[in-house]
Amino acid sequence: MIVEAQKAKFTEPLRLKGGALLPEFEIAYETYGTLNAQRSNAVLVCHALNASHHVAGTYANDADNLGWWDNMVGPGKPLDTNRFFVIGSNYIGSCFGSTGPASPNPATGKPWGADFPVVTVEDWVAAQARLADFLGIERFAAVMGGSLGAMQALQWALSYPERVRHSIVIAATPRLSAQNIAFNEVARQAIMTDPDFHGGHYYEKGVVPVRGLRIARMIGHITYLSDDAMMEKFGRVLRNKSTPGFDFDVDFEIESYLRYQGDKFATYFDANTYLRITKALDYYDPAADFGGDLSTAFARAQADFLVVSFTSDWRFSSARSREIVRALLDNRRVVSYLEIDAPQGHDAFLLDDPRYHGALRAYYGNIAL
Amino acid sequence: MTETEVISGWIAPGARVLDLGCGDGKLLKYLWQTKQAPGYGVEIDDAHVLECLKNDVNVLQMDLEDGLAAFADQSFDRVILSETLQAIHRQEPLLQDMLRVGREAIVSFPNFGYWRARIQIALAGHMPVSKELPYQWYDTPNVHHCTLVDFEALCATLGIRIRERVVLRDGAPVTMLPNLLGSIALYRVAR
Repeated sequence: MIVEAQKAKFTEPLRLKGGALLPEFEIAYETYGTLNAQRSNAVLVCHALNASHHVAGTYANDADNLGWWDNMVGPGKPLDTNRFFVIGSNYIGSCFGSTGPASPNPATGKPWGADFPVVTVEDWVAAQARLADFLGIERFAAVMGGSLGAMQALQWALSYPERVRHSIVIAATPRLSAQNIAFNEVARQAIMTDPDFHGGHYYEKGVVPVRGLRIARMIGHITYLSDDAMMEKFGRVLRNKSTPGFDFDVDFEIESYLRYQGDKFATYFDANTYLRITKALDYYDPAADFGGDLSTAFARAQADFLVVSFTSDWRFSSARSREIVRALLDNRRVVSYLEIDAPQGHDAFLLDDPRYHGALRAYYGNIAL
Repeated sequence: MTETEVISGWIAPGARVLDLGCGDGKLLKYLWQTKQAPGYGVEIDDAHVLECLKNDVNVLQMDLEDGLAAFADQSFDRVILSETLQAIHRQEPLLQDMLRVGREAIVSFPNFGYWRARIQIALAGHMPVSKELPYQWYDTPNVHHCTLVDFEALCATLGIRIRERVVLRDGAPVTMLPNLLGSIALYRVAR
């Protein structure tokens, strides 16, 4: 499937949850499949931390650049683009095309840098609603996401209850735990204490806080894998040596893997974006305005829900998904819940476990158009 | 008369139903189609969960042995445990939890007091294998078999009232010597 990235510009200012006003913004997006005449087959796919609007397919001029959820979305895939019109949208604050910290600030003509406001999951959903208006979609057949994308799928059902028929919430949590926030804070500190960070104004200095970014990514990667998956994949195997070096070079394969992931990430991801996304994660708590009661928070939802968790996910454990299910049951929502006994940890949502994909295929198959 | 018909007869139109160990979700689908009864199934088996989704039935993949903490007090009209009781390790807390979550519970199980089962043990000297109990002793998912007498004694111990009982054999109700002549027992119970 050859796809093409597009951009939509919105000149009406967006008031953000934190109080700031975003005077104008662009959203990068891709679409797959065809919107039907009734406009009833649109599915919005929300991405997680380091992904983008490039959900599926490849580009004509970049055949190796496969979309991040290509095993899930496409012709004949569980989310079948022969039947559904699928939209991948890049959230604001990103570094992959939508307006973000590296974009020019209309007030100065220079990159926003540190002045780009902190955005929230609610802000992303509000911006995506503008995109839906622009594309002429009044009501989505489904909004789907994993991890941070799942928070957006949840929030869609809360911000725009009448615009979502199905909310598909994978590897989710209704709010971060103290431990989750702690990991994010370590990542932010790694970035902000990098001498090349310059308080967020590093673009104009022509430098990148590479050291901070790579450590942030290394920390993230530890939380994406289960203990078992990491042991299975790397064990205590030494990297290109038969005995430990008794120095501080790479000894173990896992060290090499983390360094590689960190280095790769630092070449393409923006530090200011990373700070903002982790804050968006930390701040998300739909129950906060309801005395911490998730059931009351979900009272306004109208969608049907599919909630999926993976038993080895310790970042957002199955217990957190069951909190969502409980809140939905308390509100008598139509809901199904899958707890898939997969060993890979949080990252399982990106893999193609046949139980997981079979369930999604069956669920989408029953969505009437 | 099938088990499904007996259970369906105990479900009022529009009743909220929770089916524990719901298998492929056919019962819930039937209750929705015939009684417009909205329901949820609880199932642990991956293949069954997928069948439920295909049948467009709400299914929650959870382990009954962990209890029913996902469900609020008195949030269902009927909580069904159909031919699952014998596969549960700890029946007492589950039965209590069923009546915390539901106004009434419906429980069915293969009667181990059925004469064919008795004969297989008493005369042939081996564990019963039958249409209702198709497993060999070494590959059965069932861990706690009981008879009508046993179940009713447990209900009495737990303070659970039996509102109705139907005993079946080959699709026909058994009224005479049910603990000896019935192969499947169904109960409607409440606090």
